[in-house]
Amino acid sequence: MSDGELVGIVLVSHSAEVAASVAALAKGLAGGGVEVPVAPAGGTEGGGFGTSSELIAAAATSVDRGVGVAVLTDLGSAVLTVKALLAEGDELPAGTRLVDAPFVEGAIAAVVTASTGADLAAVEAAAAEAYTYRKV
Amino acid sequence: MLDADFFRRWMTATAASVDREAERLTALDSPIGDADHGSNLQRGFHAVAAVLEKEAPATPGAVLVLAGRQLISTVGGASGPLYGTLLRRTGKALGDDAEVSEGQFADAFRTGVDAVMALGGAAPGDKTMIDALVPAVDALGDGFGAARAAAEEGALATTPLQARKGRASYLGERSIGHQDPGATSSSLLVAALAEANGE
Repeated sequence: MSDGELVGIVLVSHSAEVAASVAALAKGLAGGGVEVPVAPAGGTEGGGFGTSSELIAAAATSVDRGVGVAVLTDLGSAVLTVKALLAEGDELPAGTRLVDAPFVEGAIAAVVTASTGADLAAVEAAAAEAYTYRKV
Repeated sequence: MLDADFFRRWMTATAASVDREAERLTALDSPIGDADHGSNLQRGFHAVAAVLEKEAPATPGAVLVLAGRQLISTVGGASGPLYGTLLRRTGKALGDDAEVSEGQFADAFRTGVDAVMALGGAAPGDKTMIDALVPAVDALGDGFGAARAAAEEGALATTPLQARKGRASYLGERSIGHQDPGATSSSLLVAALAEANGE
């Protein structure tokens, strides 16, 4: 537990609609009356498909409550851009971490876990564990 | 010795070269990619040229760090963080010296290329920009002209390869027979080095 503040979640997709919809889905499934700070960072600033470091940095800042930010991504440039921003050192809030997890399932696990007041490591573990859920 | 002006010329020469070749880069990116490589790099290197003119960094390292940051924030595709990391890590490795030798640059550029491999997880032979950059780094000891020739040869040699990284890797054997767009733009970047040096 972490002083009542919740871990922030950033959802980075090549598509603004995908990022926003997954954020809404995860928040909707979390329920429970706790407002987890979740922000989508989808597409480019111009509204196209792609990745925007500005949108990612703004989203991370907006959900940072001082107890860590978990970033989930879809693929390709979304992953590489977050890694490059983390390597820079000062572009994302302290305690921001790229979480290795499937985008939709991981986002739901992360938001539900964050809603319980769990710390960043627990949120990361829950999101990553979503990889182990086999469908067939 | 190479000063900040040399590195600014390198970046503006790259921007001009990407402008000239944008259609070809996008055409190469059509059968095995998402047909945005030329326009993405054009946007990125135009922004680099603009910010270098505006802020006029005083050292070679500062020029490349600023250029790298600008690419990461403006390209919008995977080439942004990849080229951004290449230039930023090269710049950081150059430190604060006002002038650097060609040997210092060769060492720093190798550090940058290693950082790109670590970021993207690509190795030589995966049909990526690495296939032009590694031969270029290996040839830099013989001068910028040798590096340019090695990068061009490396880019051409990606045609028969099957892609193992990036979007093209989903195509499996269908990626064979196409020259890699990233290796091609990397050869333009290396060629611009020779151009900036008046070769």
